Amino acid sequence: MAVRLIKMVPIHKGLEPTEIAEKIKETFPDDVVEITNFRDQVSVIVKKDRILKICRYLHDEPALCFDHLQDLCGVDYHGKKEPRFEVVYNLYSIRYRHKIRVRAQVTADDPSIKTVTSIWAGADWHERECFDMFGIVFKEHPDLRRILLPEDWEGHPLRKDYPLKGPELEKDWPGFVEVLNRSKELEEFVWKG
Amino acid sequence: MEQQVERIFETRELNVNMGPQHPATHGVLRLVLDIDGETIVKVTPYVGYLHRGIEKLGESLTYFQALPLTDRMDYIASMSNNIGYCVAVEKLFDIEPPERAKFIRTIVGEMSRISNHLLWLATHALDIGAMTVFLYCFREREWILELFEKICGARLTVTYPRIGGVKNDVSQEFLDSLYKFTEEFPSRILEYETLIDQNRIWLKRTIGIGVISAEEAINWGLTGPTLRGSGVAYDIRKHMPYDAYDKVDFEVPVGIEGDTYDRYRCRMLEFRQSNNIIRQCIEKLPPGPVMADAPKFTLHPKDAMFPVTHPTKEHAFYIDEKVCKGCGMCLRACPAKAIFGEKKKPHKIKQELCLSCANCYVTCKFKSLKIVPGGKGLSDEKLAELAKAPLSEEIKKATEHLVEHFNFVKKGARAPEGELYVATEVPKGELGFYFVSDGSGKPYRMRLRSPSFIHAGALPRLCVGHLVADVIANIGTIDLVLGECDR
Repeated sequence: MAVRLIKMVPIHKGLEPTEIAEKIKETFPDDVVEITNFRDQVSVIVKKDRILKICRYLHDEPALCFDHLQDLCGVDYHGKKEPRFEVVYNLYSIRYRHKIRVRAQVTADDPSIKTVTSIWAGADWHERECFDMFGIVFKEHPDLRRILLPEDWEGHPLRKDYPLKGPELEKDWPGFVEVLNRSKELEEFVWKG
Repeated sequence: MEQQVERIFETRELNVNMGPQHPATHGVLRLVLDIDGETIVKVTPYVGYLHRGIEKLGESLTYFQALPLTDRMDYIASMSNNIGYCVAVEKLFDIEPPERAKFIRTIVGEMSRISNHLLWLATHALDIGAMTVFLYCFREREWILELFEKICGARLTVTYPRIGGVKNDVSQEFLDSLYKFTEEFPSRILEYETLIDQNRIWLKRTIGIGVISAEEAINWGLTGPTLRGSGVAYDIRKHMPYDAYDKVDFEVPVGIEGDTYDRYRCRMLEFRQSNNIIRQCIEKLPPGPVMADAPKFTLHPKDAMFPVTHPTKEHAFYIDEKVCKGCGMCLRACPAKAIFGEKKKPHKIKQELCLSCANCYVTCKFKSLKIVPGGKGLSDEKLAELAKAPLSEEIKKATEHLVEHFNFVKKGARAPEGELYVATEVPKGELGFYFVSDGSGKPYRMRLRSPSFIHAGALPRLCVGHLVADVIANIGTIDLVLGECDR
């Protein structure tokens, strides 16, 4: 029950992100597509086929020990890049205090990737959200349903071809017309600089 | 007969719905509980009732415009969210806020941590049945909100930190009243502790509830005090210091057992640490500016454009007929409708209507507009003559600033191409911002990693095996805010 007050001194520095990226490339030479570096944050772009093995390696390898999945999210490069989607894993090691980013490429024809819930239990809701927002299917996920949007929602909002504003708001919601009319009435009171 | 009795006393699992409109769920969280008698067998949380699409909205706004969205996420501690966003964007832009701004941010960040923990303690205690703590905590929370009002004029949704610093400097009066608060506050913490720390009901309701081991807590992605209650000293303020956290001395409290009581103790000790940090920052607060000197990424101070925009300076604007192509841009931008003229023919300004607001000046693509200092009320011929004279250095600089300012607001500051993830320690845990930039003024992808979302995902793990009443204690202990969870 007692709570300790502890003073933290960095004990071991861990590895440099570029070293980690090299390690991944050595172990999985066929899967690594590219290594990028921006503001001292290194990301390793990989093919999606063996993502589970790569994540398992990053989590279990004693020298790496990426025990904390900071974030998992999707990115849609519609019309910008091929393949269209990317699933981004931001990993951090609480023991060694180093981090790396892994980006797995997912094509538009087959938007699916293997789940990592067996490695990090916290990935569960992240993956459900990614499925909800991008329509990327996580294979072997224990409970893949929509999470933030209702079950009967159509489309995946964070895709770039999904509109920001509904096309027929006036038709769907009559209250909107009222608001528009009212704003026209009050236009003379708008501050004009 | 025996068979009948067996059937009557046959036990079966019951499906109970809890929420979304339930006072103890801290917002609109819906839980579907499968219970066997009083024991929880399965919990299915449903979230998303407060989803506003902040990530999608962020992609349509400039970096500067998206800042107010962040304090609509965790409305209990909006200051921390703002700081997290600003730190992330600053790293993307590669600008460094001045020392004073960093210290002020640390002060307000810790103030918001105290106010968040106060609200957490108040509602958590109220849920479990200690009513008086609620009243005590809100007394101090009100005090902090008043201090927020003093510093920036808002109580809840503050938007006080800005990209590259803070909005305005703090006054000595504010620092004095804050210092008074830090002197008074430790005795107030003792007041709460006398009420519940050794209270038998409190101990019975919290000890051994929602136990989670260190390894499992990390595996579930728990962060903040919820993780530290299990004995993991993961604090981003220490691991990846931002603002002035590497210049102040503080400790990270961690628990041992990983139950609700340890997490409660952790937060109570964080009160004291935050109080300590604020005092140190006030003592060390260096003088200097509060906004970074990066004209491409931050707004100019208003007096930089003063010589041009101030109405009493009596500037007149004159359109050079030789340069004007008659595109109509200035015509549409003029708020006083002082510009007239046909399409594709040179426009003219009605000098008696002109407000000297310089809107036409910044919108003109062909630089056909000329500023005539002190030319108000003169005739067109005279203005044409005066417009040929060169401008003074002061006004030249001010007009440059004005055009930069206009471009900054209209198009947004351009970020370099790249992607980065920056995490900060908000009261609830790790708040991460992941930006993908394509080199334009708006983020290509803005991802928010909110601690409440992950914590809500771990609720089934914490609740299963306990009694129905302990669900309430577990919701309280993970410090859930649904605005942040649903985004």
